[in-house]
Amino acid sequence: MQREVASTTDQTSRSLPFQVRGSLQAVLALRLLDPEDPEFLAKLVEKIAYAPDFYRDAPIVLDLAAVTDREPIDLLQFAEELRRHRLVPVGVQNAGAAWLAEAERAGLAVFAAGGRGDAAAGTRAVQPPRASRRPTAATVVREPVRGGQQVVAGEGDLVVLAPVGHGAEIAAAGHIHVYAPLRGRAYAGIEGDESAMIFCDQLDAELVSIAGVYVVNEEIDTALLGRRVRISCMGDRLHLAPLP
Amino acid sequence: MSKVIVVTSGKGGVGKTTSAAALATGLAQRGHRTVVIDFDVGLRNLDLIMGCERRVVFDFVNVINDGIRLHQALIKDKRVENLFILPTSQTRDKEALTREGVEKVIAELRKEFAYIICDSPAGIERGAQMALYYADEAVVVTNPEVSSVRDSDRILGILNSKSRRAEIGEEPIKQHLLLTRYDLDRVQRGDMLKLDDVLEILAIPVLGVIPNDPLVLQCSNVGMPVILEPKSKAGQAYRDAVARMLGEQVELRFTQPQKRGLVDWLLRRSA
Ligand SMILES: Nc1ncnc2c1ncn2[C@@H]1O[C@H](COP(=O)(O)OP(=O)(O)O)[C@@H](O)[C@H]1O
Ligand SMILES: [Mg+2]
Repeated sequence: MQREVASTTDQTSRSLPFQVRGSLQAVLALRLLDPEDPEFLAKLVEKIAYAPDFYRDAPIVLDLAAVTDREPIDLLQFAEELRRHRLVPVGVQNAGAAWLAEAERAGLAVFAAGGRGDAAAGTRAVQPPRASRRPTAATVVREPVRGGQQVVAGEGDLVVLAPVGHGAEIAAAGHIHVYAPLRGRAYAGIEGDESAMIFCDQLDAELVSIAGVYVVNEEIDTALLGRRVRISCMGDRLHLAPLP
Repeated sequence: MSKVIVVTSGKGGVGKTTSAAALATGLAQRGHRTVVIDFDVGLRNLDLIMGCERRVVFDFVNVINDGIRLHQALIKDKRVENLFILPTSQTRDKEALTREGVEKVIAELRKEFAYIICDSPAGIERGAQMALYYADEAVVVTNPEVSSVRDSDRILGILNSKSRRAEIGEEPIKQHLLLTRYDLDRVQRGDMLKLDDVLEILAIPVLGVIPNDPLVLQCSNVGMPVILEPKSKAGQAYRDAVARMLGEQVELRFTQPQKRGLVDWLLRRSA
């Protein structure tokens, strides 16, 4: 019986050269606040460099809520430039009529309105969407993360139960917990969540970063090295405090 | 006029990174603005040997792929004026370097630096070829043993065929031999090849002979290029090599057994 079902499915998929599947992955949204800022790409690129592999070739939706009343920019060219930095714009959301026409010209899909519609006036040219924290299962890693390896929790927290070696990278949208020595690099809040924190049993990280704010090993107070530490973000600085 | 110099070998573990760090430091000490680049993507350790691994934020790969500006990735040495390090990534592989990307970085560095030293990965494949492609000169690091000499021979062939200079028919890459880990006792005993044996096979001018020296390991453990250690014989030999690179005539040291005492002399005379 099982067999028969399987072969039927097989038949169908063979007669059609494709299969329509209903899944949609989470897509990053890039809210444009001042797309005409001459430094726009430079600032964006600098921002994403803190977790470059996470953003590499990532599909991106341009959120136009904050600029929809303005004259549209040349989206075709803009999309081209993003692609040159290996970001892949796939569509727009929260666009007005003029922007919709421009999006169509640029071959971008129109996504249903999402995020908070209010155009919160930010001072930064790029503000990654601050995803309101939905409870997401944490990613748990039990094996050592070796030099050269990367572990990324694109959603939620990352819990590592084994050492993170020199030259290893771990990243999470939420908090990072390392119940072992942390010797590599750790990036928490990679989608811009400044309330994310990093906890580790033995701090000797090459670099720690929260929402793009970072310190390198040399800047860490030596009294904290080798200790249990909690790292949080306060404005444009990281705060490192010993844990009991 | 800036010079791009690749430190290469074919074989791994022969002393490329040690040599790149020492030569770059020596050139900077002599007042030349110098940058040393780690091309060994995925196995970076130039920053360890240069003692700046605790300061790395961005790297060579970020500059090529992620739009990071060169100046954000360059690390200024704390001990020696005029010396900069461009570290590499440990989480990428060699595919992360593209020819166009490397070309842009080298072109930008040429505007600012007199010497651009490229620390090559081992092997003769893509990574090593990327490191040597834009070179004007090559320091071929060889150990006095047959397998190392063979690999150096192969890399010399690649320098002559797969470099930019070879491809566009410019004057070929100037080649120098740097014979490292030269252990005079073992050479005397015949366990290792003599300088002359190596020269006979490779037939390129000698930039230096670096003695085997336990201080090399001690220095790299504390992140100090060995050329900064005055007590080290290897350091002294690297200083000589730098002087030769700058066109000075310096006699080779550490290639002949030291004069033994009077007794030795008498013994030999009566033999
Ligand atoms: N002159 C020398 N004397 C003793 N040990 C050396 C010498 N040169 C290099 N070494 C040692 O050889 C090993 C490999 O050196 P390294 O520079 O990393 O080689 P490569 O970059 O070619 O792989 C290191 O442990 C280094 O300390
Ligand atoms: Mg090396």
